[in-house]
Amino acid sequence: MSEQMKPQSGIEVRFRGGGFAPKSRRWVGPLVFVVLIALMEWGTRSGWISALTLPRPSDVLATFQDLWSTGMLFKHLAPSLTRLAVGAAIGASVGVSVGILIGLSSYIRAGLVPLVAAIFPIPKIALLPLFVIWFGIDEGSKYALIAFGTFTPTVVATYGAVDNVDRSLIRMGQSFGLSWQSIVRKIVLPGAMPGILSGLRISLAIAIILLVAAEMLGAEYGIGAYILEAGSLYDLERLFAGVVILSLLGVVVSTVIGWIERRLLGWRI
Amino acid sequence: MDLQLDRICHAYGDTEVLRDISLEIPQGRIICLVGPSGCGKSTLLRMIGGLERPSAGRVLQVGEPPKDSLNPLTYVFQDFALLPWRSVRGNISLVLEDHGIKGAAADQIIEDVLARTKLSDFAKALPKQLSGGMKQRVAIARALAVNPSVMLMDEPLSALDSQTRELLMDDLVALWTRQPFTAVYVTHNLAEAVRLGHAIVVLSRRPGEIREVVEIDKPLAERGYGDRDLEEVQKHLWTLMRDEARAADEELLDV
Ligand SMILES: Nc1ncnc2c1ncn2[C@@H]1O[C@H](COP(=O)(O)OP(=O)(O)OP(=O)(O)O)[C@@H](O)[C@H]1O
Ligand SMILES: [Mg+2]
Repeated sequence: MSEQMKPQSGIEVRFRGGGFAPKSRRWVGPLVFVVLIALMEWGTRSGWISALTLPRPSDVLATFQDLWSTGMLFKHLAPSLTRLAVGAAIGASVGVSVGILIGLSSYIRAGLVPLVAAIFPIPKIALLPLFVIWFGIDEGSKYALIAFGTFTPTVVATYGAVDNVDRSLIRMGQSFGLSWQSIVRKIVLPGAMPGILSGLRISLAIAIILLVAAEMLGAEYGIGAYILEAGSLYDLERLFAGVVILSLLGVVVSTVIGWIERRLLGWRI
Repeated sequence: MDLQLDRICHAYGDTEVLRDISLEIPQGRIICLVGPSGCGKSTLLRMIGGLERPSAGRVLQVGEPPKDSLNPLTYVFQDFALLPWRSVRGNISLVLEDHGIKGAAADQIIEDVLARTKLSDFAKALPKQLSGGMKQRVAIARALAVNPSVMLMDEPLSALDSQTRELLMDDLVALWTRQPFTAVYVTHNLAEAVRLGHAIVVLSRRPGEIREVVEIDKPLAERGYGDRDLEEVQKHLWTLMRDEARAADEELLDV
């Protein structure tokens, strides 16, 4: 191989690796939103989208400013956020605990998995009247609805995550004589964390959906109440302003979970 | 503390895996277990360490384990079994925490075992940042931290490339020479067996029975890569194993 390498005639090997590895592309997400909103604005202004089909984005923005300047925004937001936080916290924490118990004990699994499967498909909204009777028309029934809705997906995600914890690590813990509590706390829980967090993404989105349902009965203030009122009056601008708030809430929740994942799951390859 | 295997038999359902295994594991010696794939070596090792119950027979501890031994029977696993979310230091402190060893006492043990396995600079690294050989050294350091009286090693080097394996074998010999430990060492690799074993137990194909126990008197520290007399032993082991291995292979084809 002492002679000089000369470029030969031939075809370069085609690159076919790459892809399938998520990279950070921060600008794409906002760009999609901007393009969609610009399209709506242009469509409603030029008239090929009628005012009955879609509100004009600038009008929605004006409604939004109105909400802000009158202070109504926080009057609606504060109770909603409280309901969301309390309900989701109860549902998620009970769900994670029950999921871990199911993952660890075959008796609890045998007893509870069919029950969870039975209540998962029930539209929780249908149970709202029942919750009102059980927990009262005030905040209790709203917390219960949101908690119940977040509970089931959290349980399913959690026990799946516990099942997926590497058994050889548990065997290792036993072989070093670690106590049962230590194995659960130091091996099972951290090992299940990736699955639990991705389950929480779904559960919290469901919690936001149920927020609107929870405010159908007996809520004077709240994003859900605001949207429902606007809907019944066919006030599209206010309806959309409310929907935008819910979307933003979803983005915030998803960002927060992503941030927690980066903090907690840095050990993943 | 010596270990004694007393007529161990084991079956998984209808599959007989081990038959009538009786064996002495004297203190301070490394016993290598070799045998064709599927003959029950890993199963036997799990029984010695109390991770599984034999269908018949017993594993006996003869004599008291040393007082300062936190976990007398300690494993080193083939796949390292390190917690990926804990640093090297955290993985070692994991096995000390349950014994109430924390703070300065733990630091002292951790520093000592890391120095003995030449890992002092990597205490803060996460497993994903380490090479395979380093991961296995962490696992060995973790085992040393509990001051085991018997180390149970299931193919500890077979996930590694051959150069790393040579280096780690030298490390193991150095560790043993400094402070002799008892070990049961399962391997597929006959070269490893003749380098590390004071006695090599050859198992037959499934159901595993002891075919022969080959003793090697040459001190570990004097054994080297490619020694003539060791190669003789290795050849002898291979003739013992060849027919078994071939037969085992054909049995699998029959299934
Ligand atoms: N939990 C189990 N249930 C049923 N059969 C098992 C179980 N564990 C092992 N076996 C069977 O027992 C036999 C011995 O397995 P073992 O893992 O001990 O073999 P081995 O000698 O370690 O093999 P290798 O050299 O490939 O590691 C195999 O035929 C295996 O299929
Ligand atoms: Mg094995």
